[in-house]
Amino acid sequence: MFTAIQILLLAFVIFAISRVYLRLKENVISARVAFFWFLIWLAALVGVSLPATTTRIAEFFGVGRGVDIIVYISLALLFYLIFRIYVMIEDLRHQITYLIREIGLSGSPKIRKNRKRSKK
Amino acid sequence: MVKVIIVVPVFNESAVIYKVLKAIPKKINGVSKIDVIVVNDGSTDKSQFEVERAGFSTVEHVINRGLGAAIKTGIAYARAKKADIMVTFDGDGQHNPSDIEKIISPIVQKKADLVIGSRFKKLKKAPLDRYFLNWFANFITLLLYGVATTDSQSGLRAFSKKALNLIDFKGERMDFSSEILLEAKRNNFKKAEVPIKAIYTEYSRKKGQKNSNAIPTFARFLVRLLR
Repeated sequence: MFTAIQILLLAFVIFAISRVYLRLKENVISARVAFFWFLIWLAALVGVSLPATTTRIAEFFGVGRGVDIIVYISLALLFYLIFRIYVMIEDLRHQITYLIREIGLSGSPKIRKNRKRSKK
Repeated sequence: MVKVIIVVPVFNESAVIYKVLKAIPKKINGVSKIDVIVVNDGSTDKSQFEVERAGFSTVEHVINRGLGAAIKTGIAYARAKKADIMVTFDGDGQHNPSDIEKIISPIVQKKADLVIGSRFKKLKKAPLDRYFLNWFANFITLLLYGVATTDSQSGLRAFSKKALNLIDFKGERMDFSSEILLEAKRNNFKKAEVPIKAIYTEYSRKKGQKNSNAIPTFARFLVRLLR
């Protein structure tokens, strides 16, 4: 029998898996990214429905409780994801700057003059 | 025939930019043509009007992208115009226009590819916080990039044609300054430092690098190294 918290968490995990599937279907995320998230949520599904599994993994790694290993792994994963998002934001900023630069240069006075001449 | 392009990055400098531009020398020994281009980095004040009133051309960033981005736009412009030397000159009135000749001289004499106008090489009078921050930035530049300098954050620099064509940096804000030195190392540029006189006014201090920017700039350094 599942406890109330297990049922709530399972419902959330199933909801999350469905979102990943939908985003993949809409081509919003790539198959590789979808695979990564499926893996994460399936691990969560196993962890929630079979808590003994996490305890066994925790024992294997020499960590006291199953919950602890989940917290440790989640924290490491979150830090890594924040780093990836930071890098992605940096890339977006560079792309925006590239566009702004191209717009600025194509509108520079001499180039504007040349364009006017070529229209005549 | 030596063609020099002076790039003046501007972000909300309407109070001083007219005077700064008008003070830029029109003739320099050993230079046949001087072209001044203002990169208006998304100013929201009357900077654009003041630049046009002074009779100078601008490349406009429609939104603010930072000093590094403005300098990179200047580099793209100088490349397109086939400049022999490019000079970067701050728009806040911090630099002495007569120092332009001093910093391009080593390039004209083919002694250097990158010349840094160093405010601290012959230190006379600099605010203590600026001195400390610059020391910190120089230390980080040495630690992360292995390049020793007396003024990694100077806004007065000169690039030879070779440097202009090879240089490439990612930093879009103040962090680009140290990256330029890394590029010099990576491309084996001959680097020179020339002492210059910085004009510290209340205005230039307010407009220059903020002391509080040091930590985010350092964080961006690290992320770029780790990515």
